[in-house]
Amino acid sequence: MKDLNTQENVVDTENVKIVARNVQVYYGDNHAIKDVNVEIEANTVTAFIGPSGCGKSTFLRCINRMNDTIDICRVEGDILIDGEDIYDRRVDPVQLRAKVGMVFQKPNPFPKSIFDNVAYGPRIHGLAQNKADLNIIVESALRRAAIWEEVKDRLDAPGTGLSGGQQQRLCIARAIATEPEVLLMDEPCSALDPIATAQVEELIDELRENYAVVIVTHSMQQAARVSQKTAFFHLGNLVEYGETAAIFTNPTDPRTESYITGRIG
Amino acid sequence: MSRKSSLLVQDRRTKKRNAAETLFKGYGMIAIAIGLLMLCILVFNIVSRGAGAFQQTFVTLEVTLLESKLDKNGNRDLADLKKVSTFGYAPLLKTAFEQKVTKAGLDTTLKTKAMAGILSKSAPADLRNFVLANPDQIEETVEFEFLASSRVDGYLKGRVSRDSIGNDKNISVEQLDFVDQLITEGSLEKRFNLTFVTGSDASDQRPEAAGMGTSMIGSLFMMLVVLALALPIGVAASIYLEEFAPKNWITDIIEVNISNLAAVPSIVFGILGLAVFINYMHLPNSAPLVGGLVLTLMTLPTIIISTRASLKSVPPSIRDAALGVGASKMQSVFHHVLPLAAPGILTGTIIGLAQALGETAPLLLIGMVGFIASNPPDSIAAGLMSPNSAMPAQIYEWAKRADPAFYERAWGGIIILLVFLVTMNTIAVLLRRRFERRW
Repeated sequence: MKDLNTQENVVDTENVKIVARNVQVYYGDNHAIKDVNVEIEANTVTAFIGPSGCGKSTFLRCINRMNDTIDICRVEGDILIDGEDIYDRRVDPVQLRAKVGMVFQKPNPFPKSIFDNVAYGPRIHGLAQNKADLNIIVESALRRAAIWEEVKDRLDAPGTGLSGGQQQRLCIARAIATEPEVLLMDEPCSALDPIATAQVEELIDELRENYAVVIVTHSMQQAARVSQKTAFFHLGNLVEYGETAAIFTNPTDPRTESYITGRIG
Repeated sequence: MSRKSSLLVQDRRTKKRNAAETLFKGYGMIAIAIGLLMLCILVFNIVSRGAGAFQQTFVTLEVTLLESKLDKNGNRDLADLKKVSTFGYAPLLKTAFEQKVTKAGLDTTLKTKAMAGILSKSAPADLRNFVLANPDQIEETVEFEFLASSRVDGYLKGRVSRDSIGNDKNISVEQLDFVDQLITEGSLEKRFNLTFVTGSDASDQRPEAAGMGTSMIGSLFMMLVVLALALPIGVAASIYLEEFAPKNWITDIIEVNISNLAAVPSIVFGILGLAVFINYMHLPNSAPLVGGLVLTLMTLPTIIISTRASLKSVPPSIRDAALGVGASKMQSVFHHVLPLAAPGILTGTIIGLAQALGETAPLLLIGMVGFIASNPPDSIAAGLMSPNSAMPAQIYEWAKRADPAFYERAWGGIIILLVFLVTMNTIAVLLRRRFERRW
C-alpha cells in the first residue's frame, strides 16, 4: 500500500497526537486491518470514511484498546499516543481509556440518573475530592457537551429518559468528564434524527478546541462538514489520508473517487 | 385465470392459507384448554382431599382432676406428680364421660371405657401435660377440648360410616350412636385445627394429632443453608464464567457439564450426599444441614444457568460504556452489569429454592424421613444439626402409612407445600415485573 501523505505528515509532526505504524488487526484468520500507517493530529477532527466492513471502526477501537474485549482479536504493529506505545506490556488499558474517551454508535447511557452518568468516570478515577468538586466537573462536562441548559433542572432524572440526541450528548459529556485527550466517536449520529445530528456536529466542532477527535462516519457529507482531515478505508486498507477538502474535491486514488461519487460502497 | 380480481373476494390461495391459520389457532386453544383442565382437576383433587386435614373433631368434656388419683400424697410436688403416668389419667376421662351421660341424660348402653374410646389416644397425655403445668388446678373441675379419635373424625368427615366399620375393632356402631348424641348435645364438633399447621408428627395410632410444623422448620433450615451457599457460589461462578473466563474448550466443557448437572436426577445427588457428607465427613444423619448441602448441589446448576442468562441479557453497550470511560472489567461488572441482572438472578434463585423445597428423593437417602415428633429446636445450631424431617418427606411419610386418616393429612400437607411454592413463584414473577429491563 503506498502512503500518499508522507510529505504532509512530515509537515505536521509538531502537532501529532496519535501515530499508527504498520498496524495489522486479525479476527481469528480474518485479516481485518492491513498495514495501516496514519498520524492523527491534536485539535483536529479526523474522519474515517469507507464502505461497511472496511475496518474503520475496528481501527478506531484499536486506539483505546476496546478490541481487547474480543477474545479472537489480535493487533500487531505500534500505535503511539504522545510517543508512547499503547500496546506496550506495561500499559493498563483502563488507564489508557481514561485518556482516550469513546462515544458509541448507539447512545448508551447507564440506566442511572443524568448526574450519575456523568459523575461515574470522575468517581472511579478519583478526579473529585468532594461533592462540590464533583458538581463542578459534572456541570462543566454537561456545558461542554451543550446539554447543560436542557438537563440542569433534572439531573436526578434517569439518563435513559432523554431523547436520542440528548442521550448521545449525555454520552459525550460522560466521555469528556474524565478529561481525556483524545475523543473517539464511532458513528455518533447514525441513530439520530437530522436536528439532533446537527446539534452533535456543532458540538464536535467545538470539542476540537480541547481534544483530538476521531470520528467514524458513513455520511460523507458529515465528514465534509465536521472534519479537517479525512481517511478513506477500503477492505482493510487505508487508501487515502489527507485534508478533507482535498479528499473530497481532488482525490488521488481512483477508489476514493469511486466511493465519493457513489460507485463503490 | 385472469390477473384482474376483486379484493372483496378471497382467492383460493388466501382461503387455504387463512383456513390453515384458523386450524392452527384452534389446535393451540385446544392444547391450552387441556392444560387448564388438567390443572383444574389437579387443584380440585388436592383441595377436596386435603381440605379435611385442616379441620378436626374435638370433644368438649368437663374433667374433675381428682387428688386421689393424681397426687396421693397431697403435696403437689412436681416429682411426685410426674410419677403418675398417662395410664393413671385414663380413669379420669371415664369418670368424666359417666358424669356427662348422667348430666345430659344421654341414652347409651356403652361401657365408660368404650365412651373414652372415642377420644384420641393423646387425650390422657394432654390431660397430664395440663396438670403438670397447673398443679394448683387439682381437685378442680376443668373444661377440656380433646381431639376425637381418627375414626370419629372420619365419621364426621364422611370417611367412616356404619357400614364400613364391620370388622374395625377401633370403633363400633354403638360408639357412633353415642357420637351422634354428643353432636346433638353440642359437645362434639368439627372445626379448624391449627395444630395441623404448627404441630409435629404423631405416631401411627394418633393420626388426628399429627401436624406439619416441625417439618416446616426442617425445610426452613434447609432453605437457609441452600440460600447461604448456593446464591453466593452460583452467582460468583456465573460472573466468572460469563464475564471473565476465556472462551476455550475448558470453559466449553464446564458449560456443558453445568447444563448436564441441571438434568441429573436428584436421587443421584442424594447418594452423593450420603457418601460424602455422612459417610465421609461424618455429619449427623437426618440433619437439615446435610439436607441443605445436598439441595445446594442440586440448586447450583439452576442458579448458575439463570444467572448467566440474565447476565447475558444485559446489553453489551452497557459494558462498552463502562469500559469506555475507563472502568476496569470488575468495576463494569459490579457497578453496571450485576445491578441490571439482579432481578433475573433473584428470580432464578427463588425458583431454584422452590424446586429444592419440593425435592424428596435426596432426602430419603440421607434419612430425613424419620419419625420426628419432637419439639421445635431452640437454637439455630440445633435447628441445623438435630434430626428433622422436611415438608415433602413428611408428606411421603404420611402417604405410606396404613391409616386413611394419614392419607388425608398427606393431601393436606401437599396443600401447605403448594401454598409455599405458589407464594415463592409469585414473588419471583412480581420481582421480574417490578424490575423489568429499564434501559
